[in-house]
Amino acid sequence: MDIPELLQPFALASQTRFGELTVEVAPGNLLEACRVLKHQLGFERVSTITAVDRYPLSPRFEVVYHLHSVKSRQRIRIKTRVDEDAELDSVTSVWRGANWYEREVFDLFGVRFANHPDLRRIMMPDDWTGHPLRKDYPVEGYK
Amino acid sequence: MSSQDTLTLTGSADVASAGRRTMTLNMGPQHPSTHGVLRLVLELDGERVLSAKPDIGYLHTGIEKEFEAKTYQQGVTLTDRIDYLANLSNNLCYALAVEKLLGIEVPPKAVYTRVMLTELTRISSHLVWLGTHAIDLGAMSVFLYCFREREELLRIFEMFSGQRMMTSYFRIGGLALDLPRGWRQRVARFLDQMPSKIDEYEDLLTNNRIWKIRTQGIGIMPVEDMLDLGITGPMLRAAGIAYDIRKAEPYSGYDRFDFRVPTRTENDVYARYQVRIEEMRESVKIARQALEGMPEGPFTADAPKVVLPEREKMKTQMEALIYHFKIVTEGFRVPEGEVYQAIESPRGELGYYVVSDGTAKPYRVHVRGPSFGNLQALPAMVQGGLVSDVIACLGSMDFVLGDTDR
Repeated sequence: MDIPELLQPFALASQTRFGELTVEVAPGNLLEACRVLKHQLGFERVSTITAVDRYPLSPRFEVVYHLHSVKSRQRIRIKTRVDEDAELDSVTSVWRGANWYEREVFDLFGVRFANHPDLRRIMMPDDWTGHPLRKDYPVEGYK
Repeated sequence: MSSQDTLTLTGSADVASAGRRTMTLNMGPQHPSTHGVLRLVLELDGERVLSAKPDIGYLHTGIEKEFEAKTYQQGVTLTDRIDYLANLSNNLCYALAVEKLLGIEVPPKAVYTRVMLTELTRISSHLVWLGTHAIDLGAMSVFLYCFREREELLRIFEMFSGQRMMTSYFRIGGLALDLPRGWRQRVARFLDQMPSKIDEYEDLLTNNRIWKIRTQGIGIMPVEDMLDLGITGPMLRAAGIAYDIRKAEPYSGYDRFDFRVPTRTENDVYARYQVRIEEMRESVKIARQALEGMPEGPFTADAPKVVLPEREKMKTQMEALIYHFKIVTEGFRVPEGEVYQAIESPRGELGYYVVSDGTAKPYRVHVRGPSFGNLQALPAMVQGGLVSDVIACLGSMDFVLGDTDR
């Protein structure tokens, strides 16, 4: 699958491996790119949103969006890189289903999402300190 | 009742301003119908649900973190524990993802066995769903019937893998063990009997008036909302969308099998029941095709750096011994890259996103559990309905909390 023309202005980089298309966009362009993806390219659902911690690289986090179109049976992976102290636009206004996934990324990685309707921890207890899926968080937890 | 029926529900503020008090009810985390540890905070006006807030995470065990501390092959044992009613589906999805990264093709015998057992898993999972769903709505005996057949399935899984539930039978590169002696008769007997057993369940429920009243017209929501909120699987198919990953993006040789994707358009709890019942019948068909077409040959891929050598070779060949030592002590390296593999689990789209940095342990594994996506839509589904319908809706979602919380 080639990168759709409408997405080209947003793409910083793109590659297809294992038949999966990955497009990287700048964090500032993410929301706009997602609107195009949903309304013009027909990706009507979010499969999942997650993150990868590239510690100690900077920017530290890759936030990864797996999108899917039931109609055209296509999948696409959108990536954006943000740092610890940065805030990323929430895509809940585009897909309501992004809500819990963004909460999960916030809870387990500490990536904050701007304009999220309900940005609370989802897996860990509310009074938990730290974000367990960060690479500098020990597997056994802090003693 | 009548005053509530005419009440327009626009939110709790309106009810409060009309001088009525609402009630906040904690359903769960230890409520029998939540089938695990789900907490629902319901705001009620009498019997009407004004809002529902699911509170999840009670079963969060940090499985995704644990993956990063285990070698790829060790990771298989974690996948069983994610969705504990569809262990083999999780085994399969993870194995397929890592095999894609490694560029390994498993031999036909492994492909067919995987399909056969994954379909039996679907039946087994649907049996638990049906039994518990029915018991929640007051049909006690269905549960006993369903668990009778499920018991036989668990014994079959034990026969193949040595484990009833935590099977870890599909390994990266093929199967853990060759097919056991006598498997064919055992599975064939089960498949012969199953259609008539499904008829039995249907006799108890399909035309049962109480069952119909409790399920028909309940839990309807717009299809656009379902897609937007992330619902997949039988629920989407009961809403008229014939989307099944086995057909849409065939994996593990599903394109070689002949089966239908059952759909309904009513989009209520009853339609979801009908879809799952038919899915069980289709699964029987697929499993039978796999059984009848089961090829001979090896059960693991020809990939000496990944798959443990046969015991006999280890004793006679130096090379095999070296590979064995390396695989056991360090695991195998997986080339750098990332894949997302999706399969149709009994509950919907199950996806594994595996990121490799070229070492013997995954850099990151993310599991897209179908229950997580489905459960997110619960508030939209139950809002405005009765408390008793919440139970019906919960049942129709068929979520597993291990899959939700990971």
